Amino acid sequence: MNKKTFLIFTMPSFIMMVFFIAIPLFLVFFQSFHFKQDILEIVEREKCDPFGCKTEILKVPVLDEKGNRSKINIWVGWENYKNILKFVDLNSIIQNNGYSWSAIQSIDFYKALRFTLTFTFITLPFVLIFGLCLALCVNNLVNRLKGPVIFITLLPFIITPVIGSLSIKWLFIGDGIITSFLEYILEKDISVFAKAWSIELLVLFYKIWHTTPFAFVIFYAALQTVDKDRIEAAFVDGANRFQRLRYIVIPHIMPLIVFVTLIHLMDAYRVFDEIVGFSAEGFLNSLQWMTYDFLRLDDSGSRYIGRASATSMLTMIGIVIILIPVLRRVFKEQKEKRN
Amino acid sequence: MESKLFNLSLTLKVIVGISIMLWTFIALFPLLWVLIMSIKLPVDSFAANPLNVIIGPNTLKQVGGLSFINLMFLCLSIYIYFKFFKSRENYFLKINNLTNNKLISFLLLILIFIALFLALFLFLNTHIANFLNNFFEYVPFLKILSKPLIGFTTKHFIAVWAENEFYKQFLNTAFVTLGVVTISLTVGTLAGYALSRSNTMIAFWLLVAALVFRALPHSVLVTGYLELFIDYGLYGKKIAVIILLVAINQPFTIWMLRSFFMNIPQDLDDAAQIDGCNSFQAFWMIIMPLMWPGVITTGLFSFLLAYNDYLVCALLLDGQSQTMVPAIMQYFNMETTMTDLVESIAAAASITLPLFILVMFFQKQIVSGLTQGSVKG
Repeated sequence: MNKKTFLIFTMPSFIMMVFFIAIPLFLVFFQSFHFKQDILEIVEREKCDPFGCKTEILKVPVLDEKGNRSKINIWVGWENYKNILKFVDLNSIIQNNGYSWSAIQSIDFYKALRFTLTFTFITLPFVLIFGLCLALCVNNLVNRLKGPVIFITLLPFIITPVIGSLSIKWLFIGDGIITSFLEYILEKDISVFAKAWSIELLVLFYKIWHTTPFAFVIFYAALQTVDKDRIEAAFVDGANRFQRLRYIVIPHIMPLIVFVTLIHLMDAYRVFDEIVGFSAEGFLNSLQWMTYDFLRLDDSGSRYIGRASATSMLTMIGIVIILIPVLRRVFKEQKEKRN
Repeated sequence: MESKLFNLSLTLKVIVGISIMLWTFIALFPLLWVLIMSIKLPVDSFAANPLNVIIGPNTLKQVGGLSFINLMFLCLSIYIYFKFFKSRENYFLKINNLTNNKLISFLLLILIFIALFLALFLFLNTHIANFLNNFFEYVPFLKILSKPLIGFTTKHFIAVWAENEFYKQFLNTAFVTLGVVTISLTVGTLAGYALSRSNTMIAFWLLVAALVFRALPHSVLVTGYLELFIDYGLYGKKIAVIILLVAINQPFTIWMLRSFFMNIPQDLDDAAQIDGCNSFQAFWMIIMPLMWPGVITTGLFSFLLAYNDYLVCALLLDGQSQTMVPAIMQYFNMETTMTDLVESIAAAASITLPLFILVMFFQKQIVSGLTQGSVKG
């Protein structure tokens, strides 16, 4: 394929990615140093209903001559970052309390960072191990049962994350069936959604439930391509089942373990839907949820675009740091393939 | 030797069996429980005894339920549907002989499946089953067959879809997903094809860039454009959401389509070009007809991305233009009574059902799509 046709074919996709991914990145970078907001003025308005009149105090956006909302847009330097990272507060907390986790957690950003990282890295080994075990089990199943089991396994993965979280949440709410069951066994009242740690446990469980099928499908397909002769040879040499798994099967599927790790890190780092589904925002906070919260209209009807941009930038720096080791490996492989 | 090597000992067999049973239970239970709760009155949905939730004594008393006949019909319809589904390839070939166009016959087949579904579940299971129920009531010994056994009410579904106008959100979702799938695929197939046939440095860097873009949190992209969308009146317009979702989906689409195109030997292109096709003709007339499985698979994943999205839709749409998933959360925040809660459960069940059917139909494609990207990429 010559260069010209290549360019024509890739142009739409390229334009799409430049306009809607690359340029927004620059905009976010730019916005993160600005303070942007609608100018609001406080208006007193008399509101009357049959029971008498009340004066209300409202915040109303100021309109310019054309009838658009007027905005302030000023360069604030690192102010947005300072507002999020709160180094001054952090410093005083450390001086007063030493390096105490719970005190540092009172600042939203560190709370979000802590949860996002825990979520990403704690679920990873579970997903890999459960996925592999499940793949080994299904691989040894009677052929007739394989189809239905794969069908059922795919369901948690395909389900809308918010709905999946809700469906697990409904089992654990006040009169949910599992709560009732636990109360019956333990003979005491249980309220899962009153404590941060129990919610966090549920969110982690949800993620493992949701992603294990993905790891399973990949590993299961890889198991079909394991060289049977090598396993037989190992068997003749006296390797037991575990040794065959350890020295033949796992090295064979290693590239796919890396692949699942890569995808899982990317997806888990974006944790957001789970927090919405479990309505956990009072207790848990993730980086992407912080951005979302800044972008939402708050009570006075304004959005904090600047702060959202700063959080976005910090989030991106985080994902780049996490992915560097994995990406370097992928990069090397691709380069080797080309040579 | 083969058999001795690959057969499991009895202990291992038991372990495998138990773990599979345990997993299928864990995987299925939350979803099935949502379905069961959604067809019961609130008293039964949140009863402490699981048997009461399944049978629903209060629902039986107040609304009625499914009799033995109903259950028979239900099993029968599911059986018929599966039978029909299993021989779908035969039917496809038959229709194809009539129409001579693969796309049209594919759409026709889907229409037939939908029609069959409606006929079975809206006619056979309701009207005919009710008629038989009424009939057997007057037969002395067979009366027991028409006695309601399991509590069942569609009250919440009706409340959600008719009174709360959930169908509007459904139409919004349909519009958004359709837009995302078509645009993603059109743009993606062109790029995926070019990338699979090129070994230049540009192609390599484009793929690496796409991989990095795939890692970006979606909120970043919304942050960049939210302000502009609001200023230019695109806020609350579905087209804005479609564009953003297509962009978010693009890196994934081109990677997956590229790996599907790589399965098609390049000799075919060369042969076509020797026969006098230009690149575009070769792509459209020779390669694309072989690509349909790949396109369908990639389309499925684009569909899932758009259908499941919460973040982009919640930030860019509001009120009347909202899609189903964010709408259900707003529903959920409003909820004050138990009935509201069960209604939102019914809404959740309605969102889940299309996905159930999707997995049933396209299990093979989903599995092949997931493995394609990994093995070739």
